[in-house]
Amino acid sequence: MNPAPPSFQNIILRLHAFWASQGCVILQPYDVEMGAGTFHPATTLRALGPKPWRAAYVQPSRRPSDGRYGENPNRLQHYYQYQVIMKPAPDTAQALMLASYAAIGLDPALHDIRFVEDDWESPTLGAWGLGWEVWCDGMEVGQFTYFQQVGGIPVAVPSFEMTYGLERLAMYIQNVERVYDLDFNGAGVTYGDVFLRAEQEYSRHNFEVADTAMLARHFVDAERECAALLAEKLPMPAYDQCIKASHLFNLLDARGVISVTERAAYIGRVRTLAKGCCEGWLAGETLTPVLSA
Amino acid sequence: MPELLLELFSEEIPARMQAKAAEELTRLMTAALGALAPTDLRSFYGPRRIALSATVNAAIPAASVVERGPRTSAPEQALTGFLRKHGATREMVTQEGDYWVLNKQSPAQDAASLIAGALPGLLRRFAWPKSMRWGGSGSLFTWVRPLRRMLCILDGAVVPFSLAEGEDDGHGLHAGNETDGHRFMAPGGFAVHSASEWQAGLLAKRVIVDAGERRRRVAEGIAALAAERQLHVADDPGLLDEVAGLVEWPVPLLGRIDAAYMDLPAEVMQVSMRVNQRYFALRNADGSAAPFFAFAANMEAPDGGAAIVAGNERVLRARFSDARHFWDADRRVKLASRVAALDAITFHAKLGTQGARVQRVMQLAEAIAPMVGADPALAGRAAWLSKADLTTGMVGEFPELQGAMGRYYALHDGEDPSVADAVRDHYAPKGPSDAVPTAHVTIAVALADKIDIIASFFAIGEKPTGGGDPFALRRAALGIVRIIREGALRLPLRKLISLCAASLPAPPPADEVLAFIVDRTRVQLRAEGARHDVLDAVFAVGGGDDLAALLALSAQIGDLLGTTDGASLMVAYKRAANILRIETAKDGPHNGPADPAVFVLPEEGALHAQLETVSADLPLRLRQAEFTAAMRDLASLRPQLDAFFDKVTVNDPDPALRRNRLNLLHQVRGTMDRVADFSRIEG
Repeated sequence: MNPAPPSFQNIILRLHAFWASQGCVILQPYDVEMGAGTFHPATTLRALGPKPWRAAYVQPSRRPSDGRYGENPNRLQHYYQYQVIMKPAPDTAQALMLASYAAIGLDPALHDIRFVEDDWESPTLGAWGLGWEVWCDGMEVGQFTYFQQVGGIPVAVPSFEMTYGLERLAMYIQNVERVYDLDFNGAGVTYGDVFLRAEQEYSRHNFEVADTAMLARHFVDAERECAALLAEKLPMPAYDQCIKASHLFNLLDARGVISVTERAAYIGRVRTLAKGCCEGWLAGETLTPVLSA
Repeated sequence: MPELLLELFSEEIPARMQAKAAEELTRLMTAALGALAPTDLRSFYGPRRIALSATVNAAIPAASVVERGPRTSAPEQALTGFLRKHGATREMVTQEGDYWVLNKQSPAQDAASLIAGALPGLLRRFAWPKSMRWGGSGSLFTWVRPLRRMLCILDGAVVPFSLAEGEDDGHGLHAGNETDGHRFMAPGGFAVHSASEWQAGLLAKRVIVDAGERRRRVAEGIAALAAERQLHVADDPGLLDEVAGLVEWPVPLLGRIDAAYMDLPAEVMQVSMRVNQRYFALRNADGSAAPFFAFAANMEAPDGGAAIVAGNERVLRARFSDARHFWDADRRVKLASRVAALDAITFHAKLGTQGARVQRVMQLAEAIAPMVGADPALAGRAAWLSKADLTTGMVGEFPELQGAMGRYYALHDGEDPSVADAVRDHYAPKGPSDAVPTAHVTIAVALADKIDIIASFFAIGEKPTGGGDPFALRRAALGIVRIIREGALRLPLRKLISLCAASLPAPPPADEVLAFIVDRTRVQLRAEGARHDVLDAVFAVGGGDDLAALLALSAQIGDLLGTTDGASLMVAYKRAANILRIETAKDGPHNGPADPAVFVLPEEGALHAQLETVSADLPLRLRQAEFTAAMRDLASLRPQLDAFFDKVTVNDPDPALRRNRLNLLHQVRGTMDRVADFSRIEG
């Protein structure tokens, strides 16, 4: 009856094909550690300004405190997000998103797909938007957001951002209960073959071993460098430092050395960096002649 | 009369906002269409639409209204303002007597043009809790989520309007007569010409527009599924409302819970099921948790929902497996050994760590324990452990389980059950409808926790202001009041407040804290309909910090004033006070002791003798809270007082007699004011 479900990598390839057909630039992952695909400059920076923009990419995402030493069937400290951004958001954004699910084997006619309120906010990025968690049979399979503000700046043109948690989605499509059992390539390699050892090692690193004094130092370094680069009107390299600072903060948080009050202060410091980068980028944007849409 | 139908069709509206939005739409439309005398208003709401139907007059007739303006002698600005207010010009006003008068002519207007004129502004001003911009046109028209269609028909014909305004294209939205069916089962627009056609047409397209009907279908559907298995659904009206707002076409379904998870704490299962998944919990006939859950899908699937149920079961398994991870991992570490970690958690920048707070609460709980019949060692232990669950994985994941998890972990560690209960229940009462703790150890910790939080924040000057109470100090104060009242507890509050001083940056202002708690008491009692003047009279005497006693006294005085004795006593008191006020103004003060040697009439002596008896008696009565007896004492003054005012002239020509009698009245007032400040009693 049903065709065999797609492998993990096939899901990615099909999403690439789908969103490429919608005029998206298919990018590769950004080469700096980050907590979510939204941090990729292709989303954060490009969401600002009036120029149209469509992009889709996979972003390895690191959430140090979500590590479970490879023992939890659902949680990972490193996972893949599939991220789509379209500016301006097309009026058919919801329909496109549903069609993309159909393309990877989730037929909306057989399942119970719901749009459940989820007001997205990233305090570190000074960003927020309104949208939904997308539920398939009670499971969150994606996050859909109409950006309203990024880097503390109200967006000129609201983008639509779609984030898929690829592992969770694949587990659903492949009917697998344990993330490590996912069929990665359709040829015998599982997700566990690729990532289990990494999960074990990184969990120990994140929770037990990471040198917190060094991390705190690096945070300060990144913060200083970001400011210095902004002074040189280099917002893109500066933004790399902002992403690094954010990840260092996440690592410190996972090590449990940040108190509640300090936490708010750290988030505020990263937000200041993000704001500076976004402002710098936007300033440069308006100087460049607008390319034809 | 013509029928109006308005439907605002958008992308999915948060469930919690739908009902209020429908109400707001009704309110705004009633106001905007007032001139059309709308009747039969019905509002509808659901995941993708809010709507309203009404019957309205076909038109408003032409009318002329005479508006009287300012006096002709008034400064020019008055007339200018009047003209501006009515959108009139100087030529339109005439002089009538001393006044300018405007004859306002309003032309006849048909309903459609009035509605078309009112709606764009009304929609632009519509207040959603949060609204958003969308689209590429730069339109500043915002809505809760993108608005996709506007249906507006009057008597079957489209009421034409658009949201465009100047440069703003209003997302290109124009009112039409098309609505939209179920997103998956019957998508696409179709035209309607009446409210009944709209409702029936949507029903055929798998959308129930009446939220009450959806709610009923969910409730009955899941109840029937439960009954098939001899189960019943745990009552949860709030969840029913929410679920009815998440589906356009409710399809009730039942899923199974893996037996492996049935030993998870009930609260943990509840959070995963209700909060995260919006599932209904099912119960066995004996009330115990059944291994099933119910939910409503928004979809009639060709397989009868098998895939949907299987999917939901998997999701719940994953959630429970996550919860089990925390449950198992947390229990490997004793709660007691987690307390030290609180020293690393900041409670408030100026108030130090959670660890320091726990130390204060512990001391206070130990001090309170003997006063409320609790073992100080157990109360101290419970207070010491009370916040330790903040460091557990489960509470980190589900903050709403704080307290509940602490109790489970304490029991697992073999702590005394009264300690475990206190760890869970010391947060109570969490709101006005939440039950007050009754176990002694819990009472000690709950009071300590709340007194400490108020005293601490007052000590650093963080007091609640008019609208702002970020640390919920009023709720804490009300909690203290309720615990004291319902437990009839006798506590020296001022002393307890002062005990908090240790480890605080500054000693708490005990009087202010006490006044704050007393004020909450007053607010609460007033809300219950108690006489606020009696409360004020009792609380005004001051010095008292034993709430229970003050409240009992207030009740007794209230009762006394309801009797004939009390009423007469009050009349006499007022009379005495009045005379004293007037005579004191002349040549006062008159506040010395009355001298029995100067009495000439028997009524003077009798009153004096009775006052002496009562004065000797009262202090002990009050100290020992024998308020019934104290009231009897006061009432015993009545015959002599009545006789005194009957027979004795206070302002006797003989200055010595007069002064002595005034002094006697002063003694009357002074004696009564020992109990309460009776001058504050009204009536």
